[in-house]
Amino acid sequence: MSNKVIYAIYNDDDILMDAVKTTRAARHHIEEVFTPFPVHGLDKAMGLAPTRLAICSFLYGCVGLAFATWMMYYIMIQDWPQDIGGKPSFSYVENMPAFVPIMFELTVFFAAHLMVITFYMRSKLWPFKQAENPDVRTTDDHFLMEVAVRDNEEELITFFQNTGAIEVKVIDKH
Amino acid sequence: MYTFSSKLKTLSFILMTLGILGIGYGFYAAPKDIQEVEKLLAAESHGGHGDSNHDDASKNEHHETSSSDEKASIDKSVVVSNKGVTTADDSTKVSKENEVLVLTDLTAGREKAHVLTAEEEHTEHLTHVLHQLQNKPWSAFYVACIFFMLISLGVLAFYAIQQVAQAGWSPVLFRVMQGITAYLPIGSIIFFIFLLLCGFHLNHLFVWLDPEVVATDKLIANKAGYLNFPFWIIRAAIFLIGWNLYRYYSRKNCLAQDDANDNLFYKKNFKLSAIFLVFFIVTESIMSWDWIMSIDPHWFSTLFGWYVFSSFFVSAITTIALVTLYLKSQGALEHVNTSHIHDLAKFMFGFSVFWTYLWFSQYMLIWYANIPEEVTYYITRIEMYNLPFFGAVVMNFVFPLLILINTDFKRISWILVMAGVVILIGHYLDFFIMIMPGTVGDRWFIGISEIASVLFFLGLFIYIVFTAMTKVPLLPKRNPFIEESKHFHY
Repeated sequence: MSNKVIYAIYNDDDILMDAVKTTRAARHHIEEVFTPFPVHGLDKAMGLAPTRLAICSFLYGCVGLAFATWMMYYIMIQDWPQDIGGKPSFSYVENMPAFVPIMFELTVFFAAHLMVITFYMRSKLWPFKQAENPDVRTTDDHFLMEVAVRDNEEELITFFQNTGAIEVKVIDKH
Repeated sequence: MYTFSSKLKTLSFILMTLGILGIGYGFYAAPKDIQEVEKLLAAESHGGHGDSNHDDASKNEHHETSSSDEKASIDKSVVVSNKGVTTADDSTKVSKENEVLVLTDLTAGREKAHVLTAEEEHTEHLTHVLHQLQNKPWSAFYVACIFFMLISLGVLAFYAIQQVAQAGWSPVLFRVMQGITAYLPIGSIIFFIFLLLCGFHLNHLFVWLDPEVVATDKLIANKAGYLNFPFWIIRAAIFLIGWNLYRYYSRKNCLAQDDANDNLFYKKNFKLSAIFLVFFIVTESIMSWDWIMSIDPHWFSTLFGWYVFSSFFVSAITTIALVTLYLKSQGALEHVNTSHIHDLAKFMFGFSVFWTYLWFSQYMLIWYANIPEEVTYYITRIEMYNLPFFGAVVMNFVFPLLILINTDFKRISWILVMAGVVILIGHYLDFFIMIMPGTVGDRWFIGISEIASVLFFLGLFIYIVFTAMTKVPLLPKRNPFIEESKHFHY
């Protein structure tokens, strides 16, 4: 069975939004939408699940805080508790104000960097990655909606022509 | 038009009545002379030593504590180490063996020897405690009075910022903010009268107002060019009048804009707000030195003005959020949606963290350098006010941080109300810790005087704020950003 998809191309984000809504209402499965810039509300219109990146980031921050605390407890209090300029290194709490800047920075560092790396991994982005661009114009000024074709090719073509698409193509995907 | 619900009105009257009764009781119960203090102290020592941590601390680090106490007591012009005598355990042994107390004269860093007989020492200690106990109801009133006044000042500053920033989300809340700032004129009058009473020596809140203290204290005497009653009270008058003028004209212009055909009044308000913000930031800084920092006239801190600002500013935003939520629940704010609430919650969150940043910066710099003349401020607070001192950080930072970090939570009313109440109590505590150690020292307690003062001002605040809400429609008509604000969503 051939794996056919429809590429419906638009040149305005408002028309795209309406098209996405009618497509969803007609219960056609949207595989993907390509846009040159973030279209506000598109994810909601497509019914995409909200991101959990912020939750990851919070947890990474906790790891960073724990790491900073453990590191300085081990180095400054447990391993070699020297008297450095009269700072009380008898327990972690007594000397804590001096550690707070590092605790803060490491929390932010872990939260930020690990979240970015998570983002790259989840969205499969890395250097030398082959670009997955169906039509070069979508990086400039065109919007493209990709919908899977089952055996309703003719019906879909007329459907998308009615949604204001400037171009409707049927592509054989391998 | 909003109608003041009769239940809330009754509540505000009950709060005010309870408050007045409690405040009156506080003044009545304060000791009148040394004899009463003596009886009180005798009763205390029979009933055990009170705070056991206190004793432990003074045993372990008795040298440090007694010296820090000396500094604290010099603040009150009383020479004898206070805890050294009360706890009578070991610190007095030293002094009694010698019958001599060597005191550090902080002013010049020289050491002076005072020869005191045990009896004189005892009397001086009693006088010291008497002053602290007499200060207690005054300080309780002062903390609540300045706290509520600064909340409405903070709302005014927030309002001015929204005007100048041409914020698109907040115009539907302008009338709410104006309603809250209606407390400012009355709060200022009460506050100003209180300052006058301090100047007429009805209490000992500001030691530098006492000419005897200034005569014996070189450090304070050197500051007399700035810290003297006429200059101080004139400054206070200028600040209070300036803020109230802005409030008056800004509200007037906002109402005039409703009936106008052009945006002239809007532009006037814009300029007025910009001028006010410049005036505000200068006067706010000086205000914090005059009304709060001068309680401890031997101590100074550069970022204190910002610190005080952050404390009342976050309380002010919290108050806006709470009042908005209440009015919304009453169905009085048609165009306010969860996105507006969400924005306020973000401000609550952000400024809670900002407060913590300043709190910590001030604390850590002084802790790290540990310069004796600065560090006594924190030593007295950590030793005598341990729980409120660190409790305030938990309430103002840890709690809002964990609760308000979640986007969904920022839209849920009951979570916001809970977080808001904790933030407000936390910042009351913050002001309590700024003021009380310098006026009552280790004689602090959150009892009838303190709670009654808060209840009185809370009742007054509710009454004035919600009465002001009923005067004008809660939605500005012709603000250039009002349409955007009505349809604001995030």
